[in-house]
Amino acid sequence: MLLASLYCFGQINVLNVAPLRKITVPVNGTAEASVALQLRDGYHVNSNTPADAYFIPLRLTWGAGPVEAVSVIYPKPQLEKLAFSEKPVSIFTGNFEVVTKFKAVAGAVLGQNVMTAKLRYQACNDRMCLPPRTVDLSLPVEVSK
Amino acid sequence: MTKVMPRLAFSAVLILLLAGCSNNSGGANVRASGDRKAAPAFKLKDSSGGEVTLASLKGKVVLLNFWATWCGPCEVEIPWFVEFEQKYKDQGFSVLGVSFDDDGWISVRPYMAAHKINYRIAIGSDELSQVYGGVDALPTSFIIDRTGRIAAKHRGLVDKRDYQDEIIKLLADPKAAIYPETGDDAPRFALLLRPNQRP
Repeated sequence: MLLASLYCFGQINVLNVAPLRKITVPVNGTAEASVALQLRDGYHVNSNTPADAYFIPLRLTWGAGPVEAVSVIYPKPQLEKLAFSEKPVSIFTGNFEVVTKFKAVAGAVLGQNVMTAKLRYQACNDRMCLPPRTVDLSLPVEVSK
Repeated sequence: MTKVMPRLAFSAVLILLLAGCSNNSGGANVRASGDRKAAPAFKLKDSSGGEVTLASLKGKVVLLNFWATWCGPCEVEIPWFVEFEQKYKDQGFSVLGVSFDDDGWISVRPYMAAHKINYRIAIGSDELSQVYGGVDALPTSFIIDRTGRIAAKHRGLVDKRDYQDEIIKLLADPKAAIYPETGDDAPRFALLLRPNQRP
């Protein structure tokens, strides 16, 4: 099952998540899944490592299932000085991907399954910020020999 | 001479038009008194546990600022509001900051201390956002006149001068010294506070 999401606050839609493509994870191997994100022009989200402790980081968190996330790899953030910031802020803009490397858990049952994840983000433009949101994602997974 | 006069007249009209378009023309964003609507009543708790209602602010010009600790543009405005509170408090002005942080005072208290906030802060709710027209972005601020009516609204970061001009204009308004019936002590909306919003 693929989940394509367009998220909005009131009338504002700023983040589009592309449908997640099925991955096949060998019992004794690894596989990668990519979450492709597209932000509306003029908007940014905080990176996974924002400089300001109060800023809400982009965070992809996977639930339990037949495979487990070995690592979540975020793109290299942009350091930009925005109209409201005295110092550069660590952000993502435009189109970018968050990649997760999976391996099968011990004793994983072969076959089809679904992994779920939560993507937490908070978007702003130069003048205003939108409330933080958590997006539910579903990733079709096949565990194979 | 006959050629010069039309040019002068045109220039004068152009100057007047440009002045009318400026955001910095002495509170130009302030709605005419007859166009202002009553600000929705609210009942909140401030950081010291005191109750703050719109009615309790009657007779004052109020800058009601919806903000959050995670909002960069909101942070820019805070020193301005600290200055306004200090500068205009004695003239009947008050800032009320309403935070929309999900974890309430856990984030807001240390932030208040770090930013030396000298005005009242309360924690907002979805209900409050709804009665104020569905606040979908921060900062969003309302300038409320002495009679409890919304004189200006700003969505997003604006110039400090805009706020200042509006405050000065409303403080100087001699016609707005009496609080109307809409500002009674019984709030029209019972705004529920989540447990983490209690001071």
